[in-house]
Amino acid sequence: MRWRRSHVALLAAVIGGLGVAAQAEERFHIGRAATPAEIKGWDIDIGHDGSNLPPGSGSVERGRVVFSEQCAACHGADGQGGVGDRLAGGQGTLASAKPVRTVGSYWPYAPTLFDYIRRAMPQNAPQSLSDEDVYAVSAYILHLNGLVPPDAVLDANRLAAIKMPNRESFVPDPRPDVR
Amino acid sequence: MSEQATANRERRPSRRHFLQAGAAVAGGAALGAAPAALADAATVDNSNLPPNVPEWMKAPGAPMGDQPYGTPSVYEKGVVKNISKTLPQYISASGRTPLQELDGIITPNGLFYERHHGGVPTIDPAQHRLMLHGLVDRPLIFTMDDIRRFPSQSRIHFIECSGNPVYSKPYGKTASDLVGLVSCAEWTGVMLKDVLNEAGLQKEAKWLVAEGADAAAMTRSIPVEKCLDDAMLVYSQNGERLRPQQGYPLRLLLPGFEGNMNIKWLRRLKAVAEPDYTREETSKYTDLMPDGTAREFTFTMEAKSIILRPSGGQKLSGSGFHEISGIAWSGRGKIKRVEVSLDDGKSWQVARLQEPVLTRALTRFRLPWQWDGTPAVIQSRAIDETDYVQPTLAELLAVRGVNHFYHNNAIWPWRITANGEVSNALA
Repeated sequence: MRWRRSHVALLAAVIGGLGVAAQAEERFHIGRAATPAEIKGWDIDIGHDGSNLPPGSGSVERGRVVFSEQCAACHGADGQGGVGDRLAGGQGTLASAKPVRTVGSYWPYAPTLFDYIRRAMPQNAPQSLSDEDVYAVSAYILHLNGLVPPDAVLDANRLAAIKMPNRESFVPDPRPDVR
Repeated sequence: MSEQATANRERRPSRRHFLQAGAAVAGGAALGAAPAALADAATVDNSNLPPNVPEWMKAPGAPMGDQPYGTPSVYEKGVVKNISKTLPQYISASGRTPLQELDGIITPNGLFYERHHGGVPTIDPAQHRLMLHGLVDRPLIFTMDDIRRFPSQSRIHFIECSGNPVYSKPYGKTASDLVGLVSCAEWTGVMLKDVLNEAGLQKEAKWLVAEGADAAAMTRSIPVEKCLDDAMLVYSQNGERLRPQQGYPLRLLLPGFEGNMNIKWLRRLKAVAEPDYTREETSKYTDLMPDGTAREFTFTMEAKSIILRPSGGQKLSGSGFHEISGIAWSGRGKIKRVEVSLDDGKSWQVARLQEPVLTRALTRFRLPWQWDGTPAVIQSRAIDETDYVQPTLAELLAVRGVNHFYHNNAIWPWRITANGEVSNALA
C-alpha cells in the first residue's frame, strides 16, 4: 500500500514536471538507521517508574563519601543548600508561607534522582560518576530526607519501589484559571 | 544626525536636573535616547550643529571591511542584555532582553534573552547528531546536512521564560527587569512532524522526550499532539544560523510553550508512552499552589502585554504629545485587542495594532497621548483570539498565591510623576 502510494506520488510529480516532495505521509528517506549500540550509548533517560535504570547498586555509606567529595561544596555537607539547591528537609512546609522544596518534600519520583544526577551532576563534570556512585549518592540524599535507613543499598528495583511523600500532590494544568 | 544632536541638546536641562536629583532612577534615560547617547549629549558642542557643517562630513568614514560582521553604533553601546551582577552563579542563569530600548517585534539576535541550565556549549555542527528513537518503526540519526534537506519553513514566534516575572517582591524597576525574558524572532527550520514521519511514530507514542547536548543534558517531555502540530526543528534565527546561546546548531521550537521546553542544542528525541517526569518538569517548572499542591505540565504562556514607552526608569521630557508603545503576545494564538488605561485602570481605550499580527508572536501596539503634565498611572491589557483577558496581579495572587513562581502574566502599571519620571507602580 505504502509502496503503491509512493509510486503514484512520484508519477504525479513527474507528470507535473515538478521536483516536489512527497505527500505528508510519504517519506523523504533522509537520515540513516540508528544502531542499538548507538542508542544505548546516548539513551540516559530513566522513566519515572524506574525503567531503563542500569545494573549495579550503591549504599548510603558509599554515598556519604561521594557526596562529601562531589556535591557538598555546592549543596552543603548535609544537603542544606548553598550555591546549589537545598536537597533535604522541608517536609510539611509546602502549604506554608515559606515552602521549602527539596527532594524529600517535593520530588514525586525517586528514579528522577538517578536520572538527574547522572546526566547533570556534578555541575563541573556531568556524566562523570559511575552508575554505582550515582546509586550511592541517590541513596544518601534519600537517607538525608529520612526516606531510607542508614544501612540501605539501592539498585534499580529498590529505587523504583520508594514512594516519595509528595507524589500525590501534583495536579493537571487547569488554566485559564484567572479571567 | 543633526536632528538627533539637536534633540539631545534640548534634553540637556532635564539631564542636569536628573543628575542633581541624585540619580534617583539610576540607569534611567530620557525617553527615546539610549543611555550611551545621553551621556554623550553633555559633551556635544555647537560646532556640528546648524549652521556649521558636522565634522563627520569633512573626512571619509571607516573603510569597507572595517567590520566584517557589523555591530551597533558606538552610541548604542549601552543597549545590551540585562544581566544581574549579583546572581549566585552564572552557569544556570538567565539574561534579559532590554525590551524598552527596542522597536518593532523582532528581537536582534545578540539581544535575545538567554536561559541556560549548564552553560553555553560550543558545538561543531559537523559533529552534531540528532537521534530519533523509542516508539518508532525506524530509529534514525540525522546530521545537520540531513536536517537541512527537509522542506523548510520560516515563522515568526516569541519564546518566553516561564518565570517572567515571579509573583513575589521585589519587583523590577524597568520593563526588562519585569518581563525581559521574552523575545521574538523569525525562525527557519523544518516541521517536526516531517522528521517524525521519517521514523514512523507508533500509535502508543504519546510523548516525546527532548534532550539537549549541553552540560545539563536538559530534558523535557513534550505531548505528541504539539509535536505533530506546529513544532519545528530550527537552525536559523532572523536569517542567520542560531547563536550558541539559542541552541546552535539545532533547537526545538514549540510556539507558545514555556521557554525551557524549546530544547536548545537538540540531540535526541525519544518517543514514549508516558512523560519521564524529569527533574525539570517536577522539581522545577511546576507551580506551587497555596494549598501545597503543585500544577504540573503547565505549558502554554498566557496572554500578556507591557507598555515599553514610557516605562520604568525613563523620563518624559515634558507635557504634550507622547506616543505610548508596547508589546503584547499570547501562547494561545493571535492578539485580538490591546487596551490601554491612562487613569489608573478607571477607563480603557483600544490601542492600534501594528501589522503583521501573527499567531504566537510579539505584536506591537501604539496609542497617541497628550500628557497634561499631571501625575498618571498607565497600563495595558491584552486580549487574545480566545477572548482571554490579561488579569491584574491582584487577581492572579488571589488564586495562585506568591509562591506559584511561574506563569505570571499580570498587567503591569507604570506611575508617572509631575516631573515625568516613570516607575513601577506596584513596586
